Amino acid sequence: MRAPHTDREYEAELALLRQRVRAMGAIVREMLVGGVRALVDGDTVRAQAVIDRDEEIDRLEVELDEQCLRVLARRQPVASDLRLIAATLKLVTDLERMGDLCGSLCERVIELAAAAPQTPAGSLPLMAAAVEAMVLDAIEAFVTGDAGLAEQVLTRDDLVDSYFAQLLGELFADMMAQPAAIYRATRLTSVAKYLERIADHATNVAELAVFMVNGEDIRHRHRSRAPRI
Amino acid sequence: MSMMMAQSKSESQPIPVTPPRAAVAPGIKMEAKGLKAWFGKSQALKGIDLPLAENQVTAIIGPSGCGKSTFVRCLNRMHEVVPGAHATGTVTLDGADIYGAGTDPVLVRRRVGMVFQKPNPFPTMSIRENVLAGLRLNGRRPADAAALVETSLRQVALWDEVKDRLDRAGTSLSGGQQQRLCIARALALEPEVLLMDEPCSALDPIATARIEELIHEIGQRYTIVIVTHNMQQAARVSHYTAFFYMGELIEHAPTDRMFTQPSNPKTEDYITGRFG
Repeated sequence: MRAPHTDREYEAELALLRQRVRAMGAIVREMLVGGVRALVDGDTVRAQAVIDRDEEIDRLEVELDEQCLRVLARRQPVASDLRLIAATLKLVTDLERMGDLCGSLCERVIELAAAAPQTPAGSLPLMAAAVEAMVLDAIEAFVTGDAGLAEQVLTRDDLVDSYFAQLLGELFADMMAQPAAIYRATRLTSVAKYLERIADHATNVAELAVFMVNGEDIRHRHRSRAPRI
Repeated sequence: MSMMMAQSKSESQPIPVTPPRAAVAPGIKMEAKGLKAWFGKSQALKGIDLPLAENQVTAIIGPSGCGKSTFVRCLNRMHEVVPGAHATGTVTLDGADIYGAGTDPVLVRRRVGMVFQKPNPFPTMSIRENVLAGLRLNGRRPADAAALVETSLRQVALWDEVKDRLDRAGTSLSGGQQQRLCIARALALEPEVLLMDEPCSALDPIATARIEELIHEIGQRYTIVIVTHNMQQAARVSHYTAFFYMGELIEHAPTDRMFTQPSNPKTEDYITGRFG
């Protein structure tokens, strides 16, 4: 456990920053878990509740940005403090985009429910579970400063990409077999793409966690390309 | 749109890479090995091994009493001037031990100049006489004193401010100008190494910025060692930083690395303000 800063006000400022990062991460986690549950259950009420939480994410993004700038201007942080601020400035963008993608996912859930409620078949639940676990662990790694957990998250993006490729194949096959499935399949294709993007943002968060802890920039070393649609 | 993109692509040039400040591995101008220093029975330095890169700026940081001023005063044999003070170990300048038998400390100090915390122009001397004072104290008479005064004052960006009042007292200048005058006085001796012991701690932010700009300028031609309590200043002006604590060298690294990714937890605690 590192000693606190001699300047207790500075220590409190950084503690507040970490607290807000934790809160923003918790909301993103809840949005993703709620969105996946709404998708599996065809639950439009839950989906709308997730969409409504996006405002909280947007507010925290602005607040955290402002707080980071204040610390930079007033404290001139260095070393691990500087890495915390630099990483947080990037993290909030990833978290905000994850929130947006959860919102988009829930919009598709509402459209799907209005058309013909059906349990999504195939690889989608497996993919959703893998993405959920990545997001939970990436955020946990960042807020607790666990570089080992972050490194472990980075190894899982390939699995999500392979689920994504598999799912696209299943959905294209559905569409070719029965044109009536096109409306549903195109929305599920979008959902799969959102999940794949969320996993990419989780990868970014894990990379930021490693940078914050070790000062090592490991971006672009772990990426394999997801199929483009 | 696509045409614009195609055009901009065809005209694109490779983006120049910003080199780190110490892009080329520099030579070693001075080097302390096993340097220990005492004031009477009190040991101030406990065996310092530290190379000083040629024509680069090295900052020494650390809390009060860590030995950083003692260290720089050992680099031009000023430490031994204090009654009861002595040092052991070696300090080489271009490979030759400045503590070697038969080495004249006065000659060492001519090659290794020093600027102090408080601007200290000679109060009874004019600006011109102050610039030449170091030479005269060394018994040297420059062939063209006027040219030397101008060159020295231009090097510290003071010439335009004082050229019409060279006969006025050095103490008539502002604090920042006085400090630049003292640097000009040190440079007039054409030293190879310049030691600066908290040169800005008595100056306002604008005067400090001028001295820092000056360090950037002359740092390309001189080997500079600056002691500072101001860590942002160390981060701004130096290529290398050395962190001293309780008479020991804790870490010595390129400044960019020291302030983003220090390797020793004591350095991390000190520069992030977690001491005491």
